[in-house]
Amino acid sequence: MKASAGGYARANDLSHAMELLASSDGSGRVLAGGQSLIAAMNMRLSTGDMLVDISRLSELSGVTEEADTLRIGALTKHVEIGADPLIRAHAPLLAEAVTCIAHAAIRNRGTIGGALAHADPAAEFPACMLALDAIIHIQGSNGERSVAAEDFFEDLFETSLEEDEILTAITVPKAEAGERQVLQEIARRSGDYALVGLCLVARSTGHWVSLLSVGSTPVLAHNAMTLLDQGDVDGAVVALRAEIDPPSDTQASAGYRRHIAGILLRRAVAQAKGEIA
Amino acid sequence: MTIQFGNPDRPNSYIGKTVPRPNAGRLVEGRGKYVDDITLPRMLHVAFVRSPFAHAKILGIDAEEAKSVKGVLRIFTGADLAEICTPWVAVLEHLKGLKSPPEYPMALDRACWVGEPVVAVVATSRSAAEDGAALVEVDYDPLPIVTDMMSALDATTPVLHTELGDNLAFQRLHEEGDVDSVFQTAHKVVSAHFKTGRHTGVTPEPRSILVDWNPAERQMTAYHATQAPHMMQTALAEHLDIPESRVRVICGDVGGSYGIKVHVYPDEVATAAIAKIMARPVKFIADRLESFTTDIHARDHEIEARIAVDAEGKILAIDVDDWTAIGAYSVYPRTSAIEGNQVVNLCGGPYDFANYRAKTTVVFQNKTPTCQYRAVGHPIAVTVTEGLVDMAAAALGMDPVEIRRRNMYADDVYPVTSPAKMRFEGLSHHQSMDKLVALMDYDALRADQAEARARGVHRGIGIASFIELTNPSPFMYGIGGARISAQDGCTVRMDPDGSIVALSGVTEQGQGTEAMLSQIVAEGVGVHPENVRVITGDTQVTPYGGGTWASRGAGIGGEAALRSAQALRDSILEVAAAMLQADQASLDIRDGQVVDTDTGAQRMPLEELGRIVYFRGDTLPDGLPRELVQTRHYITSEYPFAFTNGVQASYLEVDTETGIVTLLKHWCVEDCGRIINPQLVDEQIRGGIVQGLGGALFEEIHYDSEGQLLNGSMADYLVPMAGEMPDMIVGHVETPTKESALGAKGAGEAGTAGAPAAVMNAINDALRPLGAQVTEMPFTPERILRALGSIED
Ligand SMILES: Cc1cc2nc3c(=O)[nH]c(=O)nc-3n(C[C@H](O)[C@H](O)[C@H](O)COP(=O)(O)OP(=O)(O)OC[C@H]3O[C@@H](n4cnc5c(N)ncnc54)[C@H](O)[C@@H]3O)c2cc1C
Repeated sequence: MKASAGGYARANDLSHAMELLASSDGSGRVLAGGQSLIAAMNMRLSTGDMLVDISRLSELSGVTEEADTLRIGALTKHVEIGADPLIRAHAPLLAEAVTCIAHAAIRNRGTIGGALAHADPAAEFPACMLALDAIIHIQGSNGERSVAAEDFFEDLFETSLEEDEILTAITVPKAEAGERQVLQEIARRSGDYALVGLCLVARSTGHWVSLLSVGSTPVLAHNAMTLLDQGDVDGAVVALRAEIDPPSDTQASAGYRRHIAGILLRRAVAQAKGEIA
Repeated sequence: MTIQFGNPDRPNSYIGKTVPRPNAGRLVEGRGKYVDDITLPRMLHVAFVRSPFAHAKILGIDAEEAKSVKGVLRIFTGADLAEICTPWVAVLEHLKGLKSPPEYPMALDRACWVGEPVVAVVATSRSAAEDGAALVEVDYDPLPIVTDMMSALDATTPVLHTELGDNLAFQRLHEEGDVDSVFQTAHKVVSAHFKTGRHTGVTPEPRSILVDWNPAERQMTAYHATQAPHMMQTALAEHLDIPESRVRVICGDVGGSYGIKVHVYPDEVATAAIAKIMARPVKFIADRLESFTTDIHARDHEIEARIAVDAEGKILAIDVDDWTAIGAYSVYPRTSAIEGNQVVNLCGGPYDFANYRAKTTVVFQNKTPTCQYRAVGHPIAVTVTEGLVDMAAAALGMDPVEIRRRNMYADDVYPVTSPAKMRFEGLSHHQSMDKLVALMDYDALRADQAEARARGVHRGIGIASFIELTNPSPFMYGIGGARISAQDGCTVRMDPDGSIVALSGVTEQGQGTEAMLSQIVAEGVGVHPENVRVITGDTQVTPYGGGTWASRGAGIGGEAALRSAQALRDSILEVAAAMLQADQASLDIRDGQVVDTDTGAQRMPLEELGRIVYFRGDTLPDGLPRELVQTRHYITSEYPFAFTNGVQASYLEVDTETGIVTLLKHWCVEDCGRIINPQLVDEQIRGGIVQGLGGALFEEIHYDSEGQLLNGSMADYLVPMAGEMPDMIVGHVETPTKESALGAKGAGEAGTAGAPAAVMNAINDALRPLGAQVTEMPFTPERILRALGSIED
């Protein structure tokens, strides 16, 4: 199929992008890496969009170190996140996630902001944001606002972003000394979206467990987290299986996903303890 | 002249060597020319409105709004095209009882599967055509649908084509010996239920056709990604009422076929009909969603089967009940009954046993039609046979290699006829098995498996012997009335400078046909392969032939090339003898030079002979034949098919917690007769194995109960990718067919035939200590965990 776009304009800077969005009568659509949007357009799942290309806005790209946090620009590409020394040192979960995302060609163009705004529940970065307790920064016509990751993802491919808003950056807390961040997932082929994935962050303040591909949004497994905090891994596995409501599709049934979520939690805990690589 | 194949140092010894592919450099340089690379003056594009319903009456079509789209020129309904295009009925007389209704290029008043073309929108660009297609309003009245295979013949199931009376397309029962009484008394009987997943070929280049009609010459030219240009020429001529001589099918570069591109597709015929009506070139390139919904599907089978063995592991009887559902129509002109028929022909293939019963039941349903895809029926028959043999071995506590050795036809019994009435000229099951066992170091692998198991790691070894049907005679299609050629031809000529041009009826799909032909012609004439220009895929210039399918290119097309090349050599030498006043028998051609056979002394370059023949023919004796062009056609006649054989092995690891299978290594030893180009054969085997592994682990088309296809994209339909593929070790045994001088049989489908069964047996070998077994392909992580009983709901 051939894409049918409503128009295209390349933004010179953030305020230009905001203007372009504002003047597009609701049909404006931010284009970042294009790795989800162009695919959807090529299947005519999305037509008539007025594309606002933000991919050249250098101010939205790159990783910077702040006091207790890292600030990651929305246009930072997957490949850059995977290789960034600050990420590797302070948010290793994100570097690990990159190894699970698609293939090199896609990682070379796809952006973290795009992945979050797209809000595919099967994607890695959204679940990472939950496990890392990240803050998402948004520019709107009325100024800036920030949202906790857990409040950002609302439904399947739906976020709290308004039509005229642009996701500009993410801040994640720096890992403490001794903190463990682990990602475990099961995919049919390397680079495929996971059948189920699980992020585990073990901090002095407690455990964070988030999952991908088990619902219409990435989810935090609060009950499992509480039980892990109490040191009850078996209980956490049971609680985890009980608190998720995964979908069935052509790749796997809900029952398989629920079962695997428990397996992945056990593996993640073992990996965090250094028992398995 | 007979070629001394046994002597690798003979002159012009190109057959049997890996030589560079003449077209590889061009393709790597990006100079390939696929149908979509061709743009003709005044060219238009067609996009099809396809049925969103699995079964519906078409009450009305409103195209007014679509007509107003900028660039849209014309819109056609099925009725419009039926005025100039006759329908086809895909049956074969030798498949008794096979029935199918007439099929038109587009649905007339009823659509029978999701994706069936209903309206064609023609525009100046594909994009405009799609814009128009989106605005066509079709008023559908949904009809009752048939999706389930096993209940398709139930009295309560609606009949899809009421005029046919029922949903049965074809049924065949073959019986040999006394199956029932053997099963009653046998030492051990093992039975199992197998399922192979419905899948499709996923060619890198989608189906593509560009058709031009020149009313002044009354000539149709179709640029077509096809395996069978002459068959398409015949089909277009017949259904669009044009003499065959005025239909030219040109098949340039083709990006993979695998059987997908050997059929007559309604939308492609529609494109030709539209070109004829509009008298303008019209292009149709399937997009990926169209590929999934309209390329033929295959392998949708369910089989109940059992085997009876004695205490020594001798196979006493095999009983197979195969079911397959083929979609809404039998596919033209090969028909959709061949796959089931092959299952009947091929089950038990490697084994010397007496009592055999096999039945196939082929039913209609409201899904995409199925037809021949690489290794037609083989993966199913091999899975059933080899699955049963392994289960019998386990029941007897016997090693899987040993039970096969006890049952395979001895290497010295040939010719022999199998209980399925297949005639084998010469196979090498035992030699192949010996070679496989040595290549894989079977005992060491068993030790590794035991060591891993002690660590709680579950590895498995799976073996699968197989036979492969190649080089088909007219017994496959022709005797059934299909205009599908089993013979093939080649014209070889010498140009004035001594360079050689070979025009062949077999085609290049990316598999190296042209390299293979260049080697044969080079050796046959006596020139370097670089001096042979091979032309394929143009019905206006190449001899009439069948094209590329059923692993026939080398065996049939290669033999025709050899015979025509040798005939040209004789013609050249006849002229040379006259010019040199020598005895023709004392002369040879080597490396482009006429030489003395005994001494190798150079007598004359071919260039000089060309100069004289073409420009100074006056100096040659009167009456001397001077045709430096020769054509030969070849057809097999003694055997309906040239069977090949082989055996594969898989070593893999099953993660019993997640159900993920990791392929560790794969082996294949096969016997395709004379090997013309070792590298090309090895890569055919490897590519075939990859497709077989896809069937075993990944590929499955899903439909819901409404007949909606659920996974029509590359993200949802999983093809095997490099990351998951194991190292593959390929070995050969060579038993040339005696039917031809070349001795080549086919190699294109062996890999696909055996790989799924090898993987299934390996998984079950890994799972057996845990009491689990899988027989439903693909072996997804979930199916494996369910077999292990790990999943609660
Ligand atoms: C074959 C394939 C496999 C893939 N596999 C995976 C995988 O395994 N795991 C995974 O996580 N992802 C996978 N992806 C998706 C990939 O990671 C995409 O890059 C990502 O989802 C989108 O990022 P993008 O920059 O390309 O966004 P785009 O495609 O440009 O945009 C996506 C959406 O987000 C919006 N958007 C983008 N940036 C912003 C912004 N700054 N502010 C507001 N809205 C914005 C767009 O308007 C659009 O709606 C895969 C993609 C492909 C093509």
